Amino acid sequence: MGEWLLVLAGGAVGAPARYLIGEAARTRLPSAFHWGTFLANMAASLLLGFLVEAGTEGALGSTGQALLSVGFCGALSTWSTFSNELLSMADGRRIAGAAGYLLATVALGLALSFAGAAAARALW
Amino acid sequence: MYLLSDVHLHPHPDHTEGSRAPVVAVVAVGGAVGALLRYGASRAWPNGSDAHALWRTGEAAFPWTTLLVNVVGCFLMGVLTVTLKERFTRAPRLLNPFLGTGVLGGFTTFSSYTDDTRRLFENDQAGTAVGYLVLTTAGALAGVALGVALTRAVLRPPGRTGSGRGRYS
Repeated sequence: MGEWLLVLAGGAVGAPARYLIGEAARTRLPSAFHWGTFLANMAASLLLGFLVEAGTEGALGSTGQALLSVGFCGALSTWSTFSNELLSMADGRRIAGAAGYLLATVALGLALSFAGAAAARALW
Repeated sequence: MYLLSDVHLHPHPDHTEGSRAPVVAVVAVGGAVGALLRYGASRAWPNGSDAHALWRTGEAAFPWTTLLVNVVGCFLMGVLTVTLKERFTRAPRLLNPFLGTGVLGGFTTFSSYTDDTRRLFENDQAGTAVGYLVLTTAGALAGVALGVALTRAVLRPPGRTGSGRGRYS
């Protein structure tokens, strides 16, 4: 199968997964915090760290990378919605909240990427 | 009754009432389009996490492609937000989920950003990693703010331009 078709398929699942995580978070975790975007970005960072390292270890080839890494993880995670949320928080004079949301997302996302890669190294 | 049953503290314009299935469908189509556009960028400039995952392009290059994709996507998100929520508020209900959550959400990527940063750290390029971390954050925020400001300036509602003569003939 063409690489582009695998990216397309992964993207067609990853983006609605992010939307549904957001909807679930909106009804189950009613707060001012953007749980949906946050959880989608964290899950994708953990999974992509694992998948890319699995590729380095020779456990996942380019077919799996196109579908899962580029397609699914790329579409599950987002910078555009994240930065839009940060801007609207700053516009609403919630500067400390925006800074906290930014730092928490970047720091934990990076930590989860390391954790995912470590898990792949432990497995293979 | 509607007011009494509405418990959401922060009603969001995205969350218009109606069936969820069409929204999921347009987000899926948009996400596929966005992911393909990002893949196209990686093919044109094979650099960053996506290119590395697919073609093992190496560990050391500065991930310009991921940075560019994310900054451009954030700029377009600012344009879209003002266009649909301030100017063309009667646009079809599915347009914002399609273009915003779908296309731009699928185009931009946070996971490639953290993966790029991790691989730079693991490659003993801590300075580059921190620079990339900060540059992406600054670029994304500047991008969305610029998109909002430019679109507000261009799509100023009619009647507020200041000429005030009303000469429509």
